[in-house]
Amino acid sequence: MCNSCAFYHFAAVFVSFNHLLHGFEKTGGIERAKSEGKELTKEEKQRLRKEKKQQKKNKEKKDDRASQESGREKQGVSSAASAPQPSAQSAAQKAPSAVPAPVPVPASEAPAPAPAPADKPAKSKAELKAERRARQEAERASKQGKKGDPGQPGAAGKPKAPASELQPVVKRLPEHIQVDNPDVLKKLAKKLERQQTPGQNSAKKIPLRLDYGYKVSLFSHLHQYSRKAPLTQQLSIPSTVIHPAIVRLGLQYSQGIVAGSNARSVALLHAFRQVIRDYTTPPNEELSRDLVNRLKPYISFLNQCRPLSASMGNAIKYIKKEISNIPSQCKEEEAKSKLLHCIEWYIKEKIILAAKAIAESSIEKISDGDVILIYGCSSLVNHILCEAFEKSRKFRVIVVDSRPRLEGREALRRLVQRGISCTYVLISAVSYILPEVSKVFLGAHALLANGYVMSRVGTSQIALVAKAFNVPVLVCCETYKFCERVQTDSFVSNELDDPDDLIVTRKGRTQLENWQQEPSLGLLNLVYDVTPPDFVDLVITELGMIPCTSVPVVLRVKNVDQ
Amino acid sequence: MELQAVLMAAGGGSRMTDLTYSTPKPMLPVGNKPLMWYPLNLLERVGFEEVIVITTKEVQKMMSTDPKMKPDVKMKMEVVCVPEDGDMGTADALRHIQQKIKTDILVVSCDLITDVALHEVVDLFRAHNATLAMLMSKAYEFTETVPGQKGKKRTAEQRDFVGVDQSGKRLLFMANEADLEDGLSVRKSIIRKHPRMHIKTGLVDAHLYCLKKAVVDFLTENKSISSIRGELVPYLVRKQFSNAVNSQKVKDDSEDQTQKNNESSTNHELLISSRDESLLQLAQERSCWNDHRGDMCEAYHGGKLRCYVHIMDQGLCYRVNTLAAYIEANRQAPKLFDEPPVHSSAAISERCQVGSDSIIGAQCQIADKTSIKRSTIGVSSTVKERVKVTNSIVMHGVTIEEGCNIQGSVICSNAIIGRGADLKYCLVGNGQRIEPEAERTNEVIVGTDQLMEI
Repeated sequence: MCNSCAFYHFAAVFVSFNHLLHGFEKTGGIERAKSEGKELTKEEKQRLRKEKKQQKKNKEKKDDRASQESGREKQGVSSAASAPQPSAQSAAQKAPSAVPAPVPVPASEAPAPAPAPADKPAKSKAELKAERRARQEAERASKQGKKGDPGQPGAAGKPKAPASELQPVVKRLPEHIQVDNPDVLKKLAKKLERQQTPGQNSAKKIPLRLDYGYKVSLFSHLHQYSRKAPLTQQLSIPSTVIHPAIVRLGLQYSQGIVAGSNARSVALLHAFRQVIRDYTTPPNEELSRDLVNRLKPYISFLNQCRPLSASMGNAIKYIKKEISNIPSQCKEEEAKSKLLHCIEWYIKEKIILAAKAIAESSIEKISDGDVILIYGCSSLVNHILCEAFEKSRKFRVIVVDSRPRLEGREALRRLVQRGISCTYVLISAVSYILPEVSKVFLGAHALLANGYVMSRVGTSQIALVAKAFNVPVLVCCETYKFCERVQTDSFVSNELDDPDDLIVTRKGRTQLENWQQEPSLGLLNLVYDVTPPDFVDLVITELGMIPCTSVPVVLRVKNVDQ
Repeated sequence: MELQAVLMAAGGGSRMTDLTYSTPKPMLPVGNKPLMWYPLNLLERVGFEEVIVITTKEVQKMMSTDPKMKPDVKMKMEVVCVPEDGDMGTADALRHIQQKIKTDILVVSCDLITDVALHEVVDLFRAHNATLAMLMSKAYEFTETVPGQKGKKRTAEQRDFVGVDQSGKRLLFMANEADLEDGLSVRKSIIRKHPRMHIKTGLVDAHLYCLKKAVVDFLTENKSISSIRGELVPYLVRKQFSNAVNSQKVKDDSEDQTQKNNESSTNHELLISSRDESLLQLAQERSCWNDHRGDMCEAYHGGKLRCYVHIMDQGLCYRVNTLAAYIEANRQAPKLFDEPPVHSSAAISERCQVGSDSIIGAQCQIADKTSIKRSTIGVSSTVKERVKVTNSIVMHGVTIEEGCNIQGSVICSNAIIGRGADLKYCLVGNGQRIEPEAERTNEVIVGTDQLMEI
């Protein structure tokens, strides 16, 4: 009787398996499958999902029956009952193992999922094949069944494992690189609505900043804002929804008054200090939870003014952690002073003292008679050079600059003001000037977990050319800029600046004035690029001088510390 | 709170006494709304919830009692009265309300009609941490004939010379022609820091200022300044480049913002130099931004006092302080509000022609065969048959008898125009009676009691 049940299961699966093989015959070949491979992956995935659902249903049925049967067993049926279990498992196994078979075969009938057992008067070859396979599975199952209990979870795990390998892993992509997906934009708008400051009129919410201008297709998944349309247009003037210090900060970010990774983080922490100072806990709330909720809309606002940098992200994480760690019985004044103290400590240790430590280590690397090449305006590199000059090292500096930001001019000004002799070139001349250079010092916006350096656009070119000329490249970066993201190219996650910055007016004439009317013209103003670790010889941090590939180690150590 | 709004409504309207001898300037009807409604509406639209109104007792009484004069705004208005003798300047008024001021202020004059995007001015104030941010606009040439003006137009009023930097936002220089004796002299310190300066003369000051709280504190210390526009603004603009402010290093970079400077009174200018905290200083140092290039100085040349101006080149911006401006404002004001030009309670008979750019107030009665073009008819006015009103402003409670022809005129409240009168470019004062069949051209008809006033 039990055997007949088992056979019934077997037959049911066999029928569906047969159907799958039919599908294989019908497509008539793997070549066609390969050619249609890319387009059909979606359908294939759908098909796989449906099959998995089917298998689950079958498995549940079998499990129910198996449990019923095992229940009956426990009442004292003979050990023949063990047979249905392995065969039940084998049936369960067969179903997923049937899945690997059609996977290399994207069945063209995938959209029609309902198994059509109608095609019975069919190819005998297929049937024979199926039988052979079924027998193999049965043997395998019986072997596993002999193993006993460990086999069961193994069997249970095994169907899951191949199924999950084939199941497409749904990755969560951050919103800011999915701008061309309208669903994501809708979600963002809803999220901003929900994030209104609690207790306020529902009409007041964080406004959504609209994208501007034509985006180059490779980068259409990123935001592109115009500086002439600030977010404050949509806010009320004495801003009540968002703390005035944050509004001021957002304006300074979007207009570029505060630019540079360190400056932005310091200004952010300064604004947070003011927010915390002005904060009062509402009556039935706890500071540790309410303050974090209060900060969320501010962070969304700042993100819209200008996408957050990695250093700012780490600073925010730190603050949020500190706030959540405040014990609930702590009084408000005490809690606030503690938080203010934490912020001060963070800045002092991670930025100011780190800069000092890095300067000390770097000065050892600078010898007399050096010609140092720097790119753009990195506050840390400027600090290092000024310190080295104070310590009476004899060197000269070549400042490389690029449009449209032309930040090198600011670096040039700061260095020349100290008395360091400098040369100034544009990036197009870098291969001309490199034979004179003995070292290259670069600043970083962030260091990614796979050792890539994310920095101002143009840095990777400098590193590439320096490598070609065999000039050592040293990157200076504080550890609070280390980021757990992994990126190998500059396309996936970047920032698009205002495209109108690229337009130049000379003698009253602007050639690109109507660039938006040109259908085939797009202006692209990228802000960051990533440099692979092969081009970087050394990273100087406050923890020491490490190779680029040791970044994940530092991250791990930091996490353990915290 | 970020900004407190202060509305200055105590001015006398000294340049249009014909209109203001009976109605105080803030209450003059423009497009059938009191003049002070316009700046209040601007503030309300932008999002202000409270405003401090500085005005005279007379205006306050009118606001509270007279329904048609009441500016209906949803904001909470805190009215502060000042004595009417006219000695109190705008800066004196600020000193008067110093106790109520807790944060940075936005000062608006009651005679400003504009549709500026206010965030442009306030963004300059916020982003650059400025001490003063103001609004200016290209001056408008009034082309309409002004009643009562004999002969050519008077020579233009004293010009203002405004110097701005290359970006057009930073205010470097401000002087009025009246103060310049033999010529325009520009200090070398300004030229050294800003070698390229644009000097503009065709600008009108909109009297909209964002001031830091420290300025108000400075005013309380320094009682000699009595007018914002006349004295305070030029003083601040000059002080940007003063050596005393710049060479003094900010000694204690600690975070006590509320301490007053205990040094001698000669250093009271430091009160208005904005004291940046040490973190802001650090952020500024680390930031790779500079507002100018070409010299060795850091951003803003290290100056802590900064004045900014936003110059509007498009849009409405009028200051209603002359008769010509008043007339022009009546033409343009309807664009600023959404109400239909013809009030629903006006009784207009079917056989009259009301032009689309005319405004008819509430409870008016317009009889048959009248023609009203490009005009404003005030509340509760009566216009009888066969009247032609063109290009005119008729205020509240006026009665115009049959057969009149009114062109290019201003008829003040409660006047009565007799039948068959023909008025061209006249100004009829408050409560005056024009006899029937009168023919007046280019006259100002006011009562004898007003003629006595000087």
